[in-house]
Amino acid sequence: MFKHLMVPVDLAHTESLGHALDTAADLAAHWGAKVTYVGVGTTTPGKLAHNPKEFAEKLKAFAKAQAVAHAIEADAHATIAHDPTTDVDDVLLHAIDEIGADLVVMQSHLPGLLDYVWPSNGGKIAGHAKASVLVVRG
Amino acid sequence: MSDTDNQGIPEPEGRADIIETDYEIGQDNLETKLGPFRIDIHNPVFAISGIAVILFVAIALIWPEGARDTFLSMRDFVKSQFDWFFLMSANLFVIFALLLIVSPWGSVRLGGTEATPDYSYIAWFSMLFAAGMGIGLMFFGVLEPVYYFGTPWGDQPLGGELGIVDGVVASEAAVAEARQRAMAATIFHWGLHPWAIYAIVALALALFSYNKGLPLTIRSAFYPILGERVWGAWGNAIDTIAAFATLFGLATSLGIGATQVASGLTEVFGSGEAADGTRNFLGFLWGNADSSSDSSLLLVLIIAFITAIALVSVLRGLDGGVKVLSEINMGFAALLLVFVFLVGPSLDIIGDFFKGLMGYARDIVPLSNPVGREDTGFLHGWTTFYWAWWISWSPFVGMFIARVSRGRTVREFLIAVLLVPSLVCVFWMATFGGTAISQVVEGATESGVFQTVIANYSPELSLFAMLGELPLASITSMLAVVLVVVFFVTSSDSGSLVIDTITAGGKVDAPVIQRVFWCIFEGAVAAVLLLGAAGTAGLDSLQAMVISTGLFFTVVLLVMCFSILKGLISEKRSH
Repeated sequence: MFKHLMVPVDLAHTESLGHALDTAADLAAHWGAKVTYVGVGTTTPGKLAHNPKEFAEKLKAFAKAQAVAHAIEADAHATIAHDPTTDVDDVLLHAIDEIGADLVVMQSHLPGLLDYVWPSNGGKIAGHAKASVLVVRG
Repeated sequence: MSDTDNQGIPEPEGRADIIETDYEIGQDNLETKLGPFRIDIHNPVFAISGIAVILFVAIALIWPEGARDTFLSMRDFVKSQFDWFFLMSANLFVIFALLLIVSPWGSVRLGGTEATPDYSYIAWFSMLFAAGMGIGLMFFGVLEPVYYFGTPWGDQPLGGELGIVDGVVASEAAVAEARQRAMAATIFHWGLHPWAIYAIVALALALFSYNKGLPLTIRSAFYPILGERVWGAWGNAIDTIAAFATLFGLATSLGIGATQVASGLTEVFGSGEAADGTRNFLGFLWGNADSSSDSSLLLVLIIAFITAIALVSVLRGLDGGVKVLSEINMGFAALLLVFVFLVGPSLDIIGDFFKGLMGYARDIVPLSNPVGREDTGFLHGWTTFYWAWWISWSPFVGMFIARVSRGRTVREFLIAVLLVPSLVCVFWMATFGGTAISQVVEGATESGVFQTVIANYSPELSLFAMLGELPLASITSMLAVVLVVVFFVTSSDSGSLVIDTITAGGKVDAPVIQRVFWCIFEGAVAAVLLLGAAGTAGLDSLQAMVISTGLFFTVVLLVMCFSILKGLISEKRSH
């Protein structure tokens, strides 16, 4: 089945990623697939890191922890957005091609009225990615 | 782990001298949900800035005359009492920036030794103009040189002679002299000084953010002086005043700029006769002798239109919005510039460019000297006004420049932010101002520029009057209107981005709804002020208040010079 899973992670809000992380790990273990955790950082200092390199290191540590916890092969892929407020979707779409993932597993909130005019990240990715996308709710 | 893990990162960052602080960016932020929207704002900077803005708008609406008298006299007090302080500080900024270019610290790279630029030269350069100066160039390009050349109100630079007196063109020698002095004084206001002001703020913020790891807000530049206290009340005050000045600066400019757009539209598409008081654009009265009949509704519609485009740009983000619009506008501006240069008096323009520069070199010392001046009308009405204006805008423009300048060396940064834009401004002024002065010299009282600048002072029409005497006037006037609108859009968009970053404690990944909020808020403030009883007087009075904040930010900039020096020294030492 799928060989390479991509899981977008927001390191500042890892607590909200629960289901997607577990789902991705279970699927990867089941198929013996590799998981790449993709994080979108900024060039300016942020909550998590002072610079892009520090951000990449934190993401690596996160991926390593996931690999150990779930006994899967895991990698990290740090990307940079000039303007993360608006560019996250595009950066993630680009990352899918870049790492060659065939399945994206990502968390999303329950769709509400607002999603009709303003799609969630999950909605946009599912609508535009060439890879398969599994949007995990709740 | 393989080497490919770092794909997408600009490059390894190399060495930089990070400041060790326990402060975590966003630790004072309030993260919550408001209805369907997630918000992430700095507490209390966001709330205080927002409430202060509403308060001042209320004051301007409830006591229009009181507010106007207070703010205008405050501005005039600041301009006349602190003229020496503005002039000396601005001189210091220019000298400081020029010295940094040739100093060994010029090789320090913003973002660490191995950082690479985020944007190409063209994109970077376009954005420098789009944020803070484009609108001014459109408004003052014709007005200012002609004003110095020929207006009879006695506020000529250095008390020089006029090139045209009572509608009669002076002797050839007098014209040449008045012309050179007019260009020199204009270049003085649009050349090294304003760009040095912007460069200082941008450099301080970029250095303390990209190299030292502090949040991208104004307060970070105070770290060398205030230390950890910068995260408390002091820092809150600095950031709040910056957000406040930026918002009001943008809102009032938006309101006043709308009048230029309205005039341009009426000029190109209007109907009716000004003499009968029926001049209008699509039925909205505009441009008649009795300016009280001008339609506020038209202005509000223009503001709504500009805000709507700005919103689209905001939603598309930095790369998809401001950058694209800036590049497009740079193309349009270049087109207009080349057109005026070619069909206008090209030789005169080349002459104005070089003679203007020579005059600038000759007059820069007397123009920038605050002591023993007799031309106080010019000194207070123009120079001090400009310095206070540039400085009150500098948190906004500087922060935006910082945002797009990562990966450049200090030397490269200063050459591109100080020298190149200054030269472009000189050429712009020589082209627009030179063409206009030539029209005045040739046509005297018959020329449209004479009518709009000297006979009946209507500054917002001066550009269109100049274009009106060149071929293809309706096309170029339309292009000029588009340029003004797009420059407003890029200012409004980049301004929303800056205010959002400041009021989110330096976070650049706050939810986009916050930027949408600031963008609409700016437009709403401008519209409410225009619809109020005072009309544009409400805008004028609040703009006067913003300019007064220039005094406060001059002190901020002086501190920034010290911080830059300290920061660069430690950066070099760490290598």
